[in-house]
Amino acid sequence: MNAPVATGRFEAEEVDAWFGPKQVLRKVNLLIPERRITAVIGPSGCGKSTFIRCLNRMHELVPGARIAGRIRLDGENVYAPDVDPVLLRRRVGMVFQKPNPFPTMSIRDNVLSGLRLTGALDRSRAEAIVEQALRAAALWEEVKDRLGEPGVGLSGGQQQRLCIARTLAVSPEVVLMDEPCSALDPIATARIEDLLSELKARYTIVIVTHNMQQAARVSDRTAFFLTGELIEVAETDTLFTSPMDRRTEDYITGKFG
Amino acid sequence: MQTSPKRHTDREYEAELQQVRERLLVMGGRVEEMIGNALRAVGERDAGLARATIDLDHKVNRAEMEVDELCLRILARRQPMASDLRFLTLALKMVTDLERIGDLAVNICERAIDLRAETRLEGLDKLEKMAAVAQGMVRDAIDAFVHSDADRAQQVIDRDDEVDELYHAYFRDVLAVMVVGSDNVERGIHVQSVAKWLERIGDHATNLAEIVIFMVKGKDVRHAGKLDL
Repeated sequence: MNAPVATGRFEAEEVDAWFGPKQVLRKVNLLIPERRITAVIGPSGCGKSTFIRCLNRMHELVPGARIAGRIRLDGENVYAPDVDPVLLRRRVGMVFQKPNPFPTMSIRDNVLSGLRLTGALDRSRAEAIVEQALRAAALWEEVKDRLGEPGVGLSGGQQQRLCIARTLAVSPEVVLMDEPCSALDPIATARIEDLLSELKARYTIVIVTHNMQQAARVSDRTAFFLTGELIEVAETDTLFTSPMDRRTEDYITGKFG
Repeated sequence: MQTSPKRHTDREYEAELQQVRERLLVMGGRVEEMIGNALRAVGERDAGLARATIDLDHKVNRAEMEVDELCLRILARRQPMASDLRFLTLALKMVTDLERIGDLAVNICERAIDLRAETRLEGLDKLEKMAAVAQGMVRDAIDAFVHSDADRAQQVIDRDDEVDELYHAYFRDVLAVMVVGSDNVERGIHVQSVAKWLERIGDHATNLAEIVIFMVKGKDVRHAGKLDL
């Protein structure tokens, strides 16, 4: 995890996305500034997860899914023909809703799994990366004496931090998080949120969350999606105190449906 | 900036916010009544009315505490956002201004009791005018709150200068009357205090109006252009 050379700034322009015939994103224009936390909120089915999956080209893995528009990372088109999606996903890591450590792997091997996929690693270098990644994910002190034990033996919150360590081990520029705390208790959630404020010094973070209070607590900017459209994006302080659009106001005050 | 005519999906939450709104209105109405009574007590030298009005103040104080408690409970339990958040934090401020207006009405009532056996000073006609403007400002600030009417709130703010000017003119008039004869001094000091408190009531009404504008527009108009930012 050397400091990334590139900055991790995303620009989405006129992004449309479909699952088969069903359009799930419409003309989304969103700038995601580097080394800040951007929260994406909105009701179920609004397209917020699809949007972040377009950023690291995971959307296209779903059969029948397609995308139009432009997405640039540090000025480069991520959908250009010469871009290898696997390498892109190293630069743009992802943490999922349910902690998903590899069940047969130790804590150490879980952290290294991303690196092992892409090449050989000498032992001392590997140990250094494991420690750095686990420290960055605020898990090191809790697991340093049992790195050989299975990752799935950890608590839910620890497993999620292990997944964050696994993501950080490949030195991404951007970390996408899709509801990373929705399966965790409040204490484990607080640890992850505390961790986010440290991580943003080095990574661009985009977090999809159903929990508006979480978005308000952790993010610098918040984007509100509704039925596939980006309705409003603003500094988080502004969006949660004085949103511009009435649809945002209705959603965040609970006047929905 | 948008507020919404829609209701909250959670009906209990909706009812809680409505309860805060209603308590504020009752409190505002009571404060308005106190100002009216206090001024009548001074004008008509009615010590009984003054005492009855002083007794009303504890209801205003209790209302302040009740609204504070309700707001804190909603903040803790509901984590309100956007216009709800502005409404609740501003309700906490409004009750402070309303409570202070109640105290000023009590002060005026105490002067009414002091003045009960005194005749009116000749040649002073601005106090009634001042009273009408200050009382109108409080009433309109509360109306503006009820109707989320930023324009009406702005008119309240604009009228504060009028109260200030009337106060300064009245101060000079009373001074002139006191200079003429020492018999006038004690009464003069009492009525000058009443004028000062009316001017303060105008200031609190202005605070209320500024709060209403922030609540409706999400824009802070306090100390407009007077802060080095």
